[in-house]
Amino acid sequence: MKALSDPALLYLLGGTLGLLIVASLIGFALAKKAVTDSTKATVANLNARTNAWWLMVAVFATALMIGPLGTTLMFGFSSFMALREFITLTPTKAGDHRTLFWVFFIVTPLHYSFLGTGWYGMFAIFIPVYAFLVLPLRSALAGDCERFLERTSKIQWGLMVCVYCISHAPAILMLLNIPGFEGQNAKLLFWFVTVVELSDVMQYVWGKLCGRRKIAPTVSPSKTWEGFLGGGATTVGIGAALWWATPFSPLQAAGMAVIVVLMGFAGGLVMSAIKRDRGVKDWGGAIAGHGGFMDRLDSLSFAAPVFFHVTRYVMDA
Amino acid sequence: MTKHLVAGALRLFSGSVARWQGCGPELKQRVYFANHTSNLDGPVLWASLPPPVRMLTRMVAAKDYWSASRLRMKLACEVFNALLIERKKPTPECNPLDDMVNALGDRHSLIIFPEGGRQTTPEPQPFKGGLYHLARKRPDVELVPVWMENLNRILPKGEILPVPMLGSVTFGMPMRLEDGEPRPEFLTRARKAVMALRMTNV
Repeated sequence: MKALSDPALLYLLGGTLGLLIVASLIGFALAKKAVTDSTKATVANLNARTNAWWLMVAVFATALMIGPLGTTLMFGFSSFMALREFITLTPTKAGDHRTLFWVFFIVTPLHYSFLGTGWYGMFAIFIPVYAFLVLPLRSALAGDCERFLERTSKIQWGLMVCVYCISHAPAILMLLNIPGFEGQNAKLLFWFVTVVELSDVMQYVWGKLCGRRKIAPTVSPSKTWEGFLGGGATTVGIGAALWWATPFSPLQAAGMAVIVVLMGFAGGLVMSAIKRDRGVKDWGGAIAGHGGFMDRLDSLSFAAPVFFHVTRYVMDA
Repeated sequence: MTKHLVAGALRLFSGSVARWQGCGPELKQRVYFANHTSNLDGPVLWASLPPPVRMLTRMVAAKDYWSASRLRMKLACEVFNALLIERKKPTPECNPLDDMVNALGDRHSLIIFPEGGRQTTPEPQPFKGGLYHLARKRPDVELVPVWMENLNRILPKGEILPVPMLGSVTFGMPMRLEDGEPRPEFLTRARKAVMALRMTNV
């Protein structure tokens, strides 16, 4: 509960709740005005999304309040669920079964345990070095060579994105030592998650309001230049205005928000390309209105490692 | 209580979503027949039924597998309310078909896997005759085709440790034996009804 004693974190949380209340009221008003079937469907989806946001904010805030352990466990669980969706959509064979058992029940928990104990060196290399080399060995021992490289790459890629990359978000809380900002990393994590998710939401809203020119029509028909630029600029503005919650100056905060927006956009687009190739719209159905865990974490998975390392390079002692 | 817990755990672990595509979950007497690739098939299908339907639905399963250990036996008898049958050639004294007809009684439903055993091929194997005989002896019972997706990846044949992939259970349109429909035609039609559910499943 130590985190609660910091007024800045309370302001952030209060602001988020205010935003959710406004979104819920707008959704309520739109639902009353909607007449045609297609607008009704859009508004229903919008409201389902807002309702799910309430739950996600509640879970995230609770985890932060519990502290480092709660936050690590929450992101660890999210990684597990995202990986579950990823591997489900990836055509693996019976020969991968035991490798996958290792991935889910040994590699993922071990990686998060290094994070939980604050062992930065092992956290940074466990998956890219040890898991990278041992997992294909397990598959090779299973004896099935058909499409071996393809199957192995897909498992590795899922592990990197769903576990390694996503775990860099809680690493902001656990592994950064910023002089003059000791014990306040929870605020920085909250700022980061807020900026990632606002970027998604703002690009969605701008895209719906005035999206015309598609950026990559074959990959994601909903991503437009208007949405990207309008949503991105709005997000950078908000991120800079919230500089007081970070160790950055306002200008630095704006720069970091630009990085988060760009990487988040990249994550959304790349993960869309995978979905499109597999012929699905969503990664799963776990979160009503949003799709699966990975649909909400795609931007975060790309933004987190870059944000973590840039901050560490610039700020860490 | 234990039943609800086990059913909940099975649904959670298999990530299984029940899709009622061709019919709704109803208390009518039914025979659910599905493709069979994993030992989890029966339990997961049973778990994906809503509680009132689940309480009256019995899974038909192989005695040699489910009586191999005390835990399995306990699960099969006390939780899944399974009807354990011998996979040997039927004799007049021991005919699994009679057991199934008796088990249906006047309010129960059954879960059966007409391929006879777990398969590792992508396509389901030709169906064995049990479904046809059930349909003939109990023409009043609805036959519901079911497609079990991904269960073979969660717990494949020959593995003990499961991997938490997301599965799904799709229920199709109920069918019946037509007047005078020959056995091979009916069994082919039933198999196709199960396979048709896979196409719409992506």
